[in-house]
Amino acid sequence: MTTPTDPFPRPGWITLRSRRPAVSFRLDRRAMTIIPLLLVALLLALIISTSQGEYDIPMLDVMRAAVGLETGNPNHALVVRDFRLPRILVALLIGAALGVSGGIIQGVTRNDLADPGLLGVNAGAGVLVVGYLTLVAAPDTTLLPWLALAGGLGAAAIIYGLTRRGGSSPVRLILLGVGLASLGAALINYFITRLEVDSAQRAFVWLTGSVYGSTWADVRLLLVWAGLLIPAAMLMSRQLNAMALGDAAAVGLGVRVEPYRAVLLAAAAGLAAITVTAAGTIAFVGLVAPHLARRLVGPAHEALLPAAALTGSLLLVVADLAARTVIAPTELPIGVTTALIGAPFFAWLLYKRGK
Amino acid sequence: MESQSTFAPGGGKTRLIGSAAMLPVGLLVALLLLALAAAVAVGLGAAEIDLGTVSRALVAYDSGQIEQVIIRTVRLPRVVAGLLVGAGLAAAGAIMQGVTGNPLASPGLLGINAGAAFAVVVGVYVLGAPPLPVYGLLAMIGATVAGVLVYALASLGRGGASPAKLTLAGVIFSLFVSALTTALLVLDQNTFDQIRFWTVGSLAGRDWGMVLWLGPFVVAGLALGLLLGPQITTLSLGADVARGLGQQVGRTRVLSAAAVILMVGGAVAIAGPVGFVGLVVPHAVRVLVGYDYRWITPYSAVGGALLVTVADTAGRVVQRPQEVPIGVMLALVGAPYFIYLVRRIR
Repeated sequence: MTTPTDPFPRPGWITLRSRRPAVSFRLDRRAMTIIPLLLVALLLALIISTSQGEYDIPMLDVMRAAVGLETGNPNHALVVRDFRLPRILVALLIGAALGVSGGIIQGVTRNDLADPGLLGVNAGAGVLVVGYLTLVAAPDTTLLPWLALAGGLGAAAIIYGLTRRGGSSPVRLILLGVGLASLGAALINYFITRLEVDSAQRAFVWLTGSVYGSTWADVRLLLVWAGLLIPAAMLMSRQLNAMALGDAAAVGLGVRVEPYRAVLLAAAAGLAAITVTAAGTIAFVGLVAPHLARRLVGPAHEALLPAAALTGSLLLVVADLAARTVIAPTELPIGVTTALIGAPFFAWLLYKRGK
Repeated sequence: MESQSTFAPGGGKTRLIGSAAMLPVGLLVALLLLALAAAVAVGLGAAEIDLGTVSRALVAYDSGQIEQVIIRTVRLPRVVAGLLVGAGLAAAGAIMQGVTGNPLASPGLLGINAGAAFAVVVGVYVLGAPPLPVYGLLAMIGATVAGVLVYALASLGRGGASPAKLTLAGVIFSLFVSALTTALLVLDQNTFDQIRFWTVGSLAGRDWGMVLWLGPFVVAGLALGLLLGPQITTLSLGADVARGLGQQVGRTRVLSAAAVILMVGGAVAIAGPVGFVGLVVPHAVRVLVGYDYRWITPYSAVGGALLVTVADTAGRVVQRPQEVPIGVMLALVGAPYFIYLVRRIR
């Protein structure tokens, strides 16, 4: 841990400053090697994942098709650019959004068990989206991101309100989230019972989280929101670092805790909510990715948030590949693979806390 | 700390029914209420049938009349199934709370329901369409495995199985198992068709076969649970106290677990994983009757049956001709109560 006013950076740290705009970043030296490595790994995963599927394409052809070069097989461009790339990029962006969202929530609540899904943020977003889709005769899909955002923020506000009075231990916070999430799930189920039978199975898959049939429109949507919210959150890394030391320490370091906490939580809820419009409720990524990132680059958020974004992306791209190929030609919803990884991970965390 | 006064025995007035003589009367009143609710439940539905026809269908059955046939073959088994499910789950929750001393203990939250449901889904996947009692056995096996796993998981590390840790372990286990269930259902269209309404928790389309083959599990578990009343009351004072009073604590625990598994196995096999009955009802009952499990268990059984019957009837009526699954109705009531409880316990 370092204090932001430390005049003599320790050798393990690199400081980046700019007078105008007045921002400074202190990066763990490890981050300078780890983050590029993660980027390379992500790129590799992207290429491998795109080449695999019902119909394998050589990796070189994948790269050619992706940038618009001829591969000698007209199907390649179609499969790569219209079918596979959008869904894989959606998985990647969702991973990044959820990773950062989880990183922020874990920092703000000082709770290493926190995850946007477990706290009910995803369910809150889902309730409004599914409710709108079932109750309105001719739904306008451009409204969906805003509804998800409203639902996610609403859920976050409820959790925040419930935990403000009477303080809250990490475990209790999660239990409150579980209560909220099951309330949301019940409402979503209720809406789904009103759907036509055909839509019911799709809704069922959507509920577990799936990137099947994602389009470039989804990619653009995620890109815009993640592109706004992730950098915004990173600019608040210094405040996040201070808050992670506890409210008293943060106030002592000159951070206005309450407004920053509200803004950061809103950003985290927004990031999680937007993934819900694109792919349904995917749990556990926001829990796992920040933990992996912390192992790799340490607890300072300047490096932690980008690393969490990258590990989240990597996780989801791999989870998507597994979901598509393990029992091909049948495809698992991606939420299933992340839960199968995430739940044991959570159990391990619980075990470690007890020691 | 306040919760201690309603949860563990304390001095002073801890129950609404003040005198011991009134306890059987209260139970009788509850049973009458239940009978009324059941009668209304049989009458209400997609087709409304007046109470006169209902009673005629029961005592002077005429298979030529369509309404009477509906009552005998559709409504009645469904209502009976609801009674069994509610009674089983609520009594199981009461016993779990008493034996573990954990106010959050209940079949749904500790993952027992999810484990039982998963075992049934696997059974349907592997065996196709097994005979009905096999569903019950599968559910019992699943419930047992889930209980052992969740308890082991929560006991890991320091501090042992605290209420919060136990609940968290149950929730995580449920999430994991429901991911596996989803994977199986996506994998296999046939299983999905057979079982998709069952996995949310529903009483729709339950017939006499299910009631007759799976009901006995619940009834047997309930009988065992009622017999154990005095022992559970002593054990709820704490294992040390119970031992000091000469109780074979291990034996009580094993028998209680058996009762819970019988009831949950039967109930889940009938209706799928219905949550929150086992959590909410015993708490409400404790406010009425205090801390004596000779009364808590029977009151919980009646209360659970009443809650499920009312919720199922409401679910059928609110948006006719469609219906809201019972699992959804109960979560809408139970989840807020769970949040309230979590905020109150230590």
